[in-house]
Amino acid sequence: MTTTDLIGKLLQVGLALAGFSAVLGLIFFFVDRAPKRGRDVVQLLAFLLPAMALIAIGLVYPAIRTTITAFGDKAGNFIGLDNFVWMFTQPEALITLRNTVVWVIIAPAVSTIIGLAYAVFIDKSRGERIYKVLVFMPVAISFVGAGIIWKFIYEYRPAERDQIGLLNQILVWFGQEPVLWLQTEPINTLMLIIVLIWVQTGFAMVILSASIKGVSIEQLEAAQLDGTNAWQRFRNVTLPGIRGGLVVVLTTITIATLKIFDIVRTMTGGNFNTSVVANEMYTQAFRAVEPGRGAALAVVLFLLVLPIVVYNIRVLRQQKEIR
Amino acid sequence: MSDNVVDLPIPGTANRKDTAAEAVAGTKAGRVKRRLTSRWATLAALIIAVVWTIPTFGILLSSFRPEELIRTTGWWTIFQNPGLTLDNYRDVLFSSSASSPQLGSYFVNSLAIAIPATLFPLVLAAMAAYAFAWIKFKWAGALFVFIFALQIVPIQMALIPLLQMFTSILQPIQAQIHDVIPLIPEQTYVQVWIAHTLFALPLVIFLLHNFISEIPSEVIEAAKVDGASASQVFFRIVLPLSVPAIASIAIFQFIWVWNDLLVALVFSGGTADVAPLTQRLAELSGNRGQDWHRLTAGAFVSLVVPLIVFFGLQRYFVRGLLAGATKG
Repeated sequence: MTTTDLIGKLLQVGLALAGFSAVLGLIFFFVDRAPKRGRDVVQLLAFLLPAMALIAIGLVYPAIRTTITAFGDKAGNFIGLDNFVWMFTQPEALITLRNTVVWVIIAPAVSTIIGLAYAVFIDKSRGERIYKVLVFMPVAISFVGAGIIWKFIYEYRPAERDQIGLLNQILVWFGQEPVLWLQTEPINTLMLIIVLIWVQTGFAMVILSASIKGVSIEQLEAAQLDGTNAWQRFRNVTLPGIRGGLVVVLTTITIATLKIFDIVRTMTGGNFNTSVVANEMYTQAFRAVEPGRGAALAVVLFLLVLPIVVYNIRVLRQQKEIR
Repeated sequence: MSDNVVDLPIPGTANRKDTAAEAVAGTKAGRVKRRLTSRWATLAALIIAVVWTIPTFGILLSSFRPEELIRTTGWWTIFQNPGLTLDNYRDVLFSSSASSPQLGSYFVNSLAIAIPATLFPLVLAAMAAYAFAWIKFKWAGALFVFIFALQIVPIQMALIPLLQMFTSILQPIQAQIHDVIPLIPEQTYVQVWIAHTLFALPLVIFLLHNFISEIPSEVIEAAKVDGASASQVFFRIVLPLSVPAIASIAIFQFIWVWNDLLVALVFSGGTADVAPLTQRLAELSGNRGQDWHRLTAGAFVSLVVPLIVFFGLQRYFVRGLLAGATKG
């Protein structure tokens, strides 16, 4: 990076911030000096219009365009459902769908179970804060960073050389042959899923830990006086008490899993049959120049996410009402 | 996580008691819980904590090991093969040799993208949220529900047409700016800023509206009676009172943008002029996946900013993250 580059970049940011402030300043200047009669309308437009216009032009219109594109070929001619037929018949596209299903079945359930177990184990224990920070930290890390961190764990060296990847070293310590974790099907998809579990467990743990603290102490004590053991108390008192938290955690992680892209892109690029819907969408739309197929995949992603988000929002609203 | 920061809609904490009640219950809870947690539970927790920490620790330690040692030995053999160095960081950040990833300039890009892409949506969303909360107009309710519902649409739905629009409208303007001010490259941050702003708006409007609508109406009415104009009410009363909410959301948005890969891949063009760290690292991991001395140090360069935010501003970070968890 040369100094001129840096100056150019700073200049861009400076100009953008100055320009943004200037536009806003102008808007507010005219709002305050608007004639008394139409003032309310002017105010409303000044505050609301910038965001609404951006959303209309940059989100709503493109989403409609994408839906239309999904029914077209490369040149934009209408071809009906061909892109969707491609998705559900071609082997390479079917693998993408299959992988997405595997991700959705495994990642949310496992992260939630580990997160819940951990939250219960450390609840009210000494050093709870530190315990929490250790598992929660991966949440702050980018999926790209997490991908590199785990690629290093999975790194392979031929058996006759020293291993530098921890997982293969552990195999070698137990007298096994090292494995090409990211190239060997079907285990490679599981290896990628582990990365997401590693990231999302912290999220599950923090929310469930907060839920657990809301479980009635009186009920727990009453159950204890009745001579129940720890597992029975967990099953019959704690678990029903944190149902809301569990639903939120499961749905949120499921949505994140359906949209997973960065981990696959960073670790395998979707090769070795590890692609998922979001990755394939990017590949088709921006690498293979098949906008129709990319758009169709985007639409499928939308349809997959839709019911879960709606359900999630309903649960959140119910919780708010209780509060 | 303290209780008095900000009231964002956080899932899972619905039936939390207030602090006073919790403090009273604390001792009682301690008694029950101590008997609940057995030795095995502690052991299991310890194992999970270690397993979760080892990957990051391994890469941090490796990033300080000399290239030759990283390539031939595992980081757990550090005592048999000692040696620590800062060369990897010097190489990835400052070296101008062609083989170096030259992350310095991508680091600047990440900052140059993330700061405006946090400010723009927050200011615009605060304005819109204020309008929804405090200016009465027809269809306000329906429009707000519509904006809220837009969260359902994954950003993938907007990428293709958005890129086409940028190419046909923004590209010529950028070329002209480049002609006038040669210091500014033809490929600028503008596309990435706008894309991030767009994708953030629905959620941020919703979250800020929850907060801004709960400002007591007496405060705002009083200011209006005193002759404050609309912009004075917004800047002098609404914004200052919303600082806690804005801080949490800003931190979430900043980290989200900093960690983003998809938007960058689609809109940055991929050159050192614009591309952020994540894009560069994903590229390195694909093309030069064996350069572990560079990848380990590079990964840590990209992790350091989120980790500083995480450890330094933890309570805001947690609140922002939980409130924005459904984004994407």
